[in-house]
Amino acid sequence: MRITQIRLVSQVFFISLFLFFCFVTQFGYLKGYPVSLFLEVDPLVGIATALTTHTVYQNLIWGLVLLLPTLLLGRFFCNWICPYGILHQFTGWLFNRRDITENIESNRYRKLYALKYYILFGMLAAALLGSLQIGLLDPICLLFRSFTVAVLPLVNLPTEWIYVRPHVHQVGWVVGFLLLFLVGMNIAIPRFFCRVLCPLGAALGLLSRFSLWRIHRDTQKCVDCDLCLQRCEGASDPHTNLRKSECFVCFNCIDDCPHDALKFEFLPDVKGEVSRPQLDARRSAVAALAGALVFPFSRGSGDVGKNFKKEVVRPPGSVAEPEFLERCIKCDQCIRVCPTNVLQPALLQSGLEGIWTPIMNMRTGYCELNCTLCGEVCPTGAIQKISIAQKLGLGEFADLGTVKVGTAFYDRGRCLPWAMDTPCVVCEEVCPTSPKAIYSREVEITDRWGQMVKLTRPYVDPQACIGCGICEHECPVADERAIRVTAVGETRSKDRSLLLSAAGGGGCGSGGCGCKSNKGLMQIEAPAQGPA
Amino acid sequence: MERREFLRRVGLTGLAVAGGAGGAAWLYDPRRGDQYFRDQQVSQAHKLPSFRVERPSGSVDLAIARGSDPGQLARAAIGALGGMGSFISKGDVVLLKPNVAFDRAPLLGATTRPEVLKAVAVLCREAGARQVLVADNPINQPEGCFFKSGLQQAAAEVGAELVLPRASAFAPVEIGGEVLGTWPMFWEPLARADKVIGIAPCKDHNLCSGSMSMKNWYGLLGGRRNQFHQRIHGIVSDFPHMIKPTLVLLDASRVLMRNGPTGGSLGDVAERGTLIAGVDMVAVDTCGYTLLNRDPARLEYLHRAEARGLGSTRWRESSWREEQVG
Repeated sequence: MRITQIRLVSQVFFISLFLFFCFVTQFGYLKGYPVSLFLEVDPLVGIATALTTHTVYQNLIWGLVLLLPTLLLGRFFCNWICPYGILHQFTGWLFNRRDITENIESNRYRKLYALKYYILFGMLAAALLGSLQIGLLDPICLLFRSFTVAVLPLVNLPTEWIYVRPHVHQVGWVVGFLLLFLVGMNIAIPRFFCRVLCPLGAALGLLSRFSLWRIHRDTQKCVDCDLCLQRCEGASDPHTNLRKSECFVCFNCIDDCPHDALKFEFLPDVKGEVSRPQLDARRSAVAALAGALVFPFSRGSGDVGKNFKKEVVRPPGSVAEPEFLERCIKCDQCIRVCPTNVLQPALLQSGLEGIWTPIMNMRTGYCELNCTLCGEVCPTGAIQKISIAQKLGLGEFADLGTVKVGTAFYDRGRCLPWAMDTPCVVCEEVCPTSPKAIYSREVEITDRWGQMVKLTRPYVDPQACIGCGICEHECPVADERAIRVTAVGETRSKDRSLLLSAAGGGGCGSGGCGCKSNKGLMQIEAPAQGPA
Repeated sequence: MERREFLRRVGLTGLAVAGGAGGAAWLYDPRRGDQYFRDQQVSQAHKLPSFRVERPSGSVDLAIARGSDPGQLARAAIGALGGMGSFISKGDVVLLKPNVAFDRAPLLGATTRPEVLKAVAVLCREAGARQVLVADNPINQPEGCFFKSGLQQAAAEVGAELVLPRASAFAPVEIGGEVLGTWPMFWEPLARADKVIGIAPCKDHNLCSGSMSMKNWYGLLGGRRNQFHQRIHGIVSDFPHMIKPTLVLLDASRVLMRNGPTGGSLGDVAERGTLIAGVDMVAVDTCGYTLLNRDPARLEYLHRAEARGLGSTRWRESSWREEQVG
């Protein structure tokens, strides 16, 4: 068996594993599967979150496992494990209509391929200041997001295999067409994403210089036929001075060499090899500067601070917004696992930094009272793993109080019993807390024809309301609901609290100043009033 | 130009013209606006057959079982009505309709108890049913509701098939009620069923005061159910018109006394150790409403239904039996 065949087996295994994880990341199938494993072993996730949070969160420690083959072999991950790389290789192969000469030409190194390093530098510089943006282009985040937001809803459309009640995802078309574009670019430039854009590939490429095994060309045997280039995945120039940082360790060149001139050798002579990516110092500096400016520019826009948007209702267990943006990698695993479809990828609701981060849209779903799945699958702790008892503030968690994601407010100009003398109170019916956060008062009014009418008019008890939004979801005023949840009152942030609480430390009060004094996960709230 | 070539090219152009014109003529829509919207209203609506069975004269119509074990209560009540054999024929497909509206643990009283569902399913099997279906269209997310209410496991244990409310399972049904005209229903399980048995918990309801065997049929409807609340008593009294089930069970072994229909606290639930079965939903609910410590005379939908001849609130005047279990 040739090594390239073994590689193929590995690729089939890992893409299947990815698809399996994608499918089982839902209520009925999740069980104990480590569905975020690919994200956890992704060292770029580990490194970048270490830069933003100065910690390595839980399973992200597994990123070390992936560094090992990189330090021994090079960018082994890119062509053996990475599901996004596998997708690109497969589609590139499927739509390849080049002849041998054209293949050889398409696989020569181009200066454009250095772009990924500048992207990486920009993202790491942003991370250093506290803005985590690697998820925009990290291949694992990008692929999970694409599947969650665009591919699975597409599969479900004719088959109903994925959801019982169909899920929708706002701006899913952007994610879908982006996927189509990135995959389609393989026709113009093979492995376009991997060679040009991938920040993870760039990070692994930088580490490749230390690797012990490398492709070595025997110049005595080589006749300069360039046939080794015809299936070179990384465009790493094995026909001349190998660019180790670009090599995907796919072994195609060794397979294709008719003269047995290429070998994968332990500690070969690296003279004449281009061990490091060829980068321009000024461009690197500009990229890093641009990345570093993301933080001051976006925080200066106020979206995280005093101009925060009411729509930014984060999943239960989320950490306070500044820290959320240090942790969320936009993988959208939470959106995938959310059983009610309430979680949606944000566009600009939470500012430039928050693109594709999860926010709640109570029109598409609601937060299920007895559910904490989003935190279960979150690989970075942007949504903490909380139990249902903790979410409800029961037992040993009573001191932490109920986790509230926001508060519901009536729009009395749109509410049927308030504005239109029409009975309703669906909101009260579905309110899941006990006692209900929505209560009603009976009133007798004279309608426009002079008739006495009895009506039940609803109110919100802000102590009991957890912001789950099922009231908004079920409200019959279908477009702009007559009861709507906004972020205020969320327990993750003292700055956004609503009621004076009995205890709990305050932040500096300015909101989003970056001060860490309100970093505590959940503030201590006075317990809600007991049932009558 | 050769004649053959001439004919070929003119022929091709002619075919393209004819094809285009033919296609356009076939798809041509000359309707005026009013006709368009009228046509929209006439949809291909199904009609729901009656699932009732002939009852031998002198048979018991309402049975009240009292005791502690909910499964035994169901057996006793159905036994008192003449046994499941008097409702189910050999080879029947039986649809069981529990109330699984909310994502709640069984003991919170917001959903049908799994023990009752299992007992009824086993009785159906013993009476020769070919297949037992379990279906509901919950308010909360369906998979979560079936899982946490314990009904998914209960169905699996007795070999009943769970039918989930996928979009394709719904179809418009002509109901012709006071409020409900044609409305989308969870049609797939209904279409497959020969007999339908409703198994409802007895619950407080914030708007209509009681959610019992009549209100349970809300769960077979789709569409904009959140509009029902605007005329809730009209809607609930439409249900016995909409569906004629073979049998209904009202499980009042644990009654959700307040904070309904969702509940959420054990403090909202009271042990009442009662299960009522019958063929007249109005009678069953009149009887059951007393277990909420409330006066049936004041429950509007019961009287509306009775006035429409859809059942009787005077169950004590019919043939009924009470059984003590254990």
